[in-house]
Amino acid sequence: MTSSRLFSLATTFLIFILAYALCIAQFPNMLSTRVIGNLLTDNAFLGIAAVGMTFVILSGGIDLSIGSVIAFTGVFLAVAMGDWGVPPLLAIVLLLAITTVFGAVMGAMIHYLAMPPFIVTLAGMFFARGIAFLISIDSVPIKAGLYDTLHGLYFRMPGGGRLTFIGMAMLAVFLAGILIAHFTSFGRNVYAIGGNRQSAELMGVPIARTTVMIYALSSFLAGLAGIAFSLYTSAGYSLAAVGVELDAIAAVVIGGTLLTGGSGYVAGTLLGILIMGLIQTYIVFDGTLSSWWTKIVIGLLLFAFIALQRGLVWLSARRSGASAAIPA
Amino acid sequence: MVKNEPLLRADGVGKEFFGVTALSNVDFELLAGEIHALVGENGAGKSTLIKILTGAYRRDRGRVCLDGVAVDPADVKDAQALGIGTVYQEVNLLPNLTVAENLFLGREPKRFGLTDRREANRRSREILDQYGLDIDVAALLGTYSVAVRQIVAIARAVDISGKVLILDEPTASLDAAEVSRLFAILQSLKGRGLGVVFITHFFDQVYRIADRVTILRNGHKVATRPLAGLDRLELVSLMLGRELKAEEEQRAEPPDLATKPVVASFKGLSKRGRIAPFDLEMRAGEVVGVAGLLGAGRTESAELMFGIHQPDHGTIEVDGKPASFSSPRDAISRGFGFCPEDRKQDGIIDDLSVRENIILALQARRGWAKPLSRKEQEAIADRYIAALDIRTSDREKPIKFLSGGNQQKVILARWLATDPRLLILDEPTRGIDVGAHAEIIRLIGELRERGMSLLVISSELEEIVAYATRVRVLADRRHVGELPAGEITADAIMRAIAASENHGAGEAAGQAAAGTRESVA
Repeated sequence: MTSSRLFSLATTFLIFILAYALCIAQFPNMLSTRVIGNLLTDNAFLGIAAVGMTFVILSGGIDLSIGSVIAFTGVFLAVAMGDWGVPPLLAIVLLLAITTVFGAVMGAMIHYLAMPPFIVTLAGMFFARGIAFLISIDSVPIKAGLYDTLHGLYFRMPGGGRLTFIGMAMLAVFLAGILIAHFTSFGRNVYAIGGNRQSAELMGVPIARTTVMIYALSSFLAGLAGIAFSLYTSAGYSLAAVGVELDAIAAVVIGGTLLTGGSGYVAGTLLGILIMGLIQTYIVFDGTLSSWWTKIVIGLLLFAFIALQRGLVWLSARRSGASAAIPA
Repeated sequence: MVKNEPLLRADGVGKEFFGVTALSNVDFELLAGEIHALVGENGAGKSTLIKILTGAYRRDRGRVCLDGVAVDPADVKDAQALGIGTVYQEVNLLPNLTVAENLFLGREPKRFGLTDRREANRRSREILDQYGLDIDVAALLGTYSVAVRQIVAIARAVDISGKVLILDEPTASLDAAEVSRLFAILQSLKGRGLGVVFITHFFDQVYRIADRVTILRNGHKVATRPLAGLDRLELVSLMLGRELKAEEEQRAEPPDLATKPVVASFKGLSKRGRIAPFDLEMRAGEVVGVAGLLGAGRTESAELMFGIHQPDHGTIEVDGKPASFSSPRDAISRGFGFCPEDRKQDGIIDDLSVRENIILALQARRGWAKPLSRKEQEAIADRYIAALDIRTSDREKPIKFLSGGNQQKVILARWLATDPRLLILDEPTRGIDVGAHAEIIRLIGELRERGMSLLVISSELEEIVAYATRVRVLADRRHVGELPAGEITADAIMRAIAASENHGAGEAAGQAAAGTRESVA
């Protein structure tokens, strides 16, 4: 059965439930819709970006440009709506077009120039951050009617928690991601390329188109994450969101997706995001712990998950190795 | 059943790579309802021909017709659409997707614009039903055995293409029962009127399943023959490109081995899936030639002897004392040397100089804590450049600028510098010119006279005859026979190979080899 694949996901889910139970045992107040609402709102931009990262990693690649694209988005929107007087909706459409094309270009370079994704997206990371500085080096506040409207859009959950617009947006993006990953040809092709590029090619998977689409999707979602981030902070700043790509990678890996590609679930990434958010919330509740403990725990979790994945890969290799051998 | 109009026909197909002819003026024809074996040694052009037929390569010359219509597939997908499906030996389907996803990748059934998993699973069960395969199609392909994956790959190829099925060594990693199952499937496909091209190294299988066989050698077609009435000896001689000769090319002076000390002895060495248990005793001052067709287990044996792979069973003794090699380092420290077959990949280090390539093994043996001084390095390099007549303008020249024969001599020098007592050479003359060829053979003789023990693997029978003091014959991943000094001729080797591929059932050939079987596990 698909046990080993589901095993990673189940492990992640179990860890989340266990961690949450432990938190509640210590701080009963953590079991409230307020905490859950904040968990979603605070991690909305990271979650949206992590969906894109999941596709990239499923295909066996990596996208280091996400944080820079988020910063660029904030600065671009703030300056476009403010200084340039572009209508907010038009600015958003423009921005998403720019980031999507940016990702498509990176994907095309990765495929046609046969360059490692690490290098191409590293270049993209510097480039996008540089452009953000070029537009403005200041933290630019965003004042737009649209933003006020969106801030006012939320569900009041029983118990007083707010499911904000960006929290809902993140959940919607995750739903769409799950749909794309598991119910479209594009999704199959992503898994196929991540499994074995050469086999996928021999089986007729359009490698070029799929690669371009993967990175375009990732950058599009990074743009969307940037919009969520600017809604969250109500400002655009070129120094913002440094290292977010690494948080996104961490969430994807904790969510059970293999860094080597070809195996994992978008839903797992949501769990990864929630686990990371939970650790942060716990530290806030505790009040005495330094916020660096978040990083320490995430680091330990990553180590544990990488070891777990290695173990799974080793087990499955041994199994297929045994059946591959012929009696001498 | 068999129609006269060929299903697939290639006329005068040619292909060159960078000016080197890989395939020259090859004709090939496949009838509907026929299983056609394609055989030939490494480099014969089998895979080039297959890749042209399946669209992976574009041909430079010639015509390919399918059902009488000229075709020119631009890529694999194109060939699939035309009706030519392929199952490759190794690179095969995706273990990280489910069985059904593998069958329908690229042509998923859709419902409301989304892939319809239930429909794909249902149709997959239907398809696999035709092959008598009742498995969970929603499970990952990687959870099934190679045999099942192979059948899924065939099912996919037939379902997509449906006219011509090309199988590239499909049985390489299957056991006997799985091979039988595969053959039953091929028979039923044949009954459905498909044309099947079957590439294999196993003669038994050619005779079991194929109707006709086409033999390629050095990029040329040697012959296409119906298998009925073609005896094995003739097939082997067509493959190896030698006519059977009556005259004996006897080699002189068989050494008096009894007086020579045993350098190393290998008892019952085996590794599952690579080589069946074998015994071998290597004495000083002898050259053991290792003959056999490609895939017979020659390199696999040498790799166990040198610690590149660890045997599942068996013992190694060096100078009468037990030894175990967990890596080539251990073997080197006991005075072993190994020149691998693919010197480009496993032997030379392109950008290092001739000097650096020569001292590499010696330095590794001394350990990096005890570096050879530059002066010592230069002395050693100069000595071997002179001794082996390595043609290089300068000992500091990067080795990649040397010719193949000279690169081979540098690798030989690398091992000679460690002063080995047992040296294993895997295809030492492959890809080098005639002059260098003769020099390498002369060198092997000299080393033997100086008391070194050598194991030389070669596909060139004349070459083995020229230097071997006895010949080990391998077939089907087993050591099947040994020719003692007095009986080494190219014909005898060839008969031994043909007879063992026949499992000793042949008439004259079988008897000839029967007398040569001794002391083999």
